[in-house]
Amino acid sequence: MSTTTLAKALNSGLRAAMEEDPRVLVMGEDVGKLGGVFRVTDGLAKDFGEQRVLDTPLSESGIIGTAVGLAIRGFRPVCEIQFDGFVFPGYDQIVSQLAKVRYRSQGKVPMPVVVRIPFGGGIGAVEHHSESPEALFAHVAGLKVVACSNPDDAHWMIRQAIAADDPVIFFEPKRRYWEKGAVSDSAPAPLYSSRVVRAGSDVTVACYGPLVKTCLEAAVAAAEEGRSLEVIDLRTLSPLDLGPVFESVRRTGRLVVVSEAPPETSVTSEVAARVQEECFHSLEAPVLRVTGFDAPYPPSRLEEDFLPDLDRVLDGVDRALEY
Amino acid sequence: MSDPQSWVPTDPRSAPSREHVLSGLKGTDEGGPELVQLLTPEGVRVDDERFGSWAADVGVAELQGYYRDMVLTRRFDREGNALQRQGQLGIWVPLLGQEAAQIGAGRALTARDMAFPSYREHGVAWCRGVDPTELLGIFRGTDHGSWDPIEARFHLYTIVIGNQCLNATGYAMGQRFEGKVGDGPDAEATMCFFGDGATSQGDVHEGFVWAAAFDAPVVFYCQNNQWAISVPLEKQTRVPLFQRARGYGFPGVRVDGNDVLACLAVSRWALEECRTGNGPVLIEAFTYRMDAHTTSDDPSRYRLADELELWKLKDPIERVRVNLVRELGVGPEFFDSVQEESDELAARFRAFCLAMPDPGPERMFSEVYAELSPQLEAEKAAYLEYHASFSGEAS
Repeated sequence: MSTTTLAKALNSGLRAAMEEDPRVLVMGEDVGKLGGVFRVTDGLAKDFGEQRVLDTPLSESGIIGTAVGLAIRGFRPVCEIQFDGFVFPGYDQIVSQLAKVRYRSQGKVPMPVVVRIPFGGGIGAVEHHSESPEALFAHVAGLKVVACSNPDDAHWMIRQAIAADDPVIFFEPKRRYWEKGAVSDSAPAPLYSSRVVRAGSDVTVACYGPLVKTCLEAAVAAAEEGRSLEVIDLRTLSPLDLGPVFESVRRTGRLVVVSEAPPETSVTSEVAARVQEECFHSLEAPVLRVTGFDAPYPPSRLEEDFLPDLDRVLDGVDRALEY
Repeated sequence: MSDPQSWVPTDPRSAPSREHVLSGLKGTDEGGPELVQLLTPEGVRVDDERFGSWAADVGVAELQGYYRDMVLTRRFDREGNALQRQGQLGIWVPLLGQEAAQIGAGRALTARDMAFPSYREHGVAWCRGVDPTELLGIFRGTDHGSWDPIEARFHLYTIVIGNQCLNATGYAMGQRFEGKVGDGPDAEATMCFFGDGATSQGDVHEGFVWAAAFDAPVVFYCQNNQWAISVPLEKQTRVPLFQRARGYGFPGVRVDGNDVLACLAVSRWALEECRTGNGPVLIEAFTYRMDAHTTSDDPSRYRLADELELWKLKDPIERVRVNLVRELGVGPEFFDSVQEESDELAARFRAFCLAMPDPGPERMFSEVYAELSPQLEAEKAAYLEYHASFSGEAS
């Protein structure tokens, strides 16, 4: 057990994966000498060499497209997309090749590729640096999509994602890169699993990525007012692991789903649809959502209005309890 | 070699107009002075100072082999068209006219080399040992490609235009990372097939950039068949495509794509350049799509029949036949036997197609993931149960 930042926990996870398997490569823009713009790959090029830590040309389709080719050759590439809003030139390769080569070849050609994407807002950045595009990947058959929220998960989930034989889109909460936490000596949970991170009895709150911390803080505030929130970190967005959510909602009868992403056709809408299918007779209130808006991410002076914060989560909880 | 820039019109008004092109200029375009040729359309074997030696070992037996490859490929390609017309295939993508470009390149590949096709590379598939019947599933709708791409060293067909140029580059980077580039006997290269239309795609540009940045042993093999469905080459490029390589810092060669010997020689050279660490290389095989883009296409809406007639004079198979007869004294029994073999192949191809069963509904869910997700597992179970509920109704 050690305490470290989320970025460093990812770094040590990448390092461990590279030590375990010589076929693991790290590739992306500025991931070599610079160590990545968030320093997640710091020191890896020095220790593993430039044939395993590739400073690539500035081209996202190239990053994904060549990773697909390297995977066909038997490598296990870990791609870094520098910011969420820059993934789209690579989206064609992700959707048309990365997600489909296994299916097309009926399992003859596996695609063990991880695409790391720092996501979400809250860092005062310019346009295209604060987006939450996870639903665009969760919608694509053939991909798995996960989001870590703390250093322990960051370290272990990246190792599990690299070891997995499916392509994994790995979302990292960029505004939490510098948050510290303990890292366990062994994996605390399977990759494709959600976890109850705070037990409670009045309202269930499901969230992921950067807003897990926000929701946990909201639960503390709610407790001061005598309300008991159960907080669930979804961790895996495709496939969703909703067993713990169903179990929780059957006890609380109330669910608030929280995300920075726009609500339309999103992870939160999928959770709401599935919970009403599975827990219809347990629900005391409609499933409510606290999310960003169906608008492009705003100029950063407005991002505190766009992003769900502690008060908006509590407002959602209040509305759920009004029924 | 003449100044490569000389082709570029100094006055934009002197560039050929669409009308000029459509009125047959494309049919009379000989490919320019840089075109590498070892067998003329009239069937005369000629030398090429730079590349002739790369096909010097080709004697009568080898040339007969390439002739057979091309005739058999054309024969099952024509059968594919017929099967579509008869409702047995949803679509067919004809390669008619591109046999030399594909057999020349395909026969230059060694067993260790890897190839990434687009979706018209039936001749390359043939050279890789992929049985023609394995192509049928894609067009009949029973699978997305049934051969083992790793074993055949021939990737599955890529339908999204240009995607495979990056996949091939990544594969070639892997060959380099594994130390398979150099003078050793285990040296390898990769060949990537695409068309003139694909050269407008970002992925082709990025493939060129990445291959150059990583010295990847990849031969970019562009079959310029003059048409991207209905759009002529002039809409894709101002300069001859092979000249683009210069801008990326590697060599580009234009070869007569209807000359199997020239395609073989230039491909052998290019693959060896890549294997020994001098890659990448761009080859532009200057050819012509003699049939429609696919069986769903109607070329009479956008090009003149005259153009096809002119290209028929440059047919890739006929020039080999003439050479075999006139210069090498091959008698009619050889041609008869190849004809017979091609008819047998077509019959086998047809019989296989007609006997292909539809896949069961469970196929929809298989190998989507290495680790099937619980929700897809549930969807599969629910649908198969629903499907099975109808099984008794027919009786």
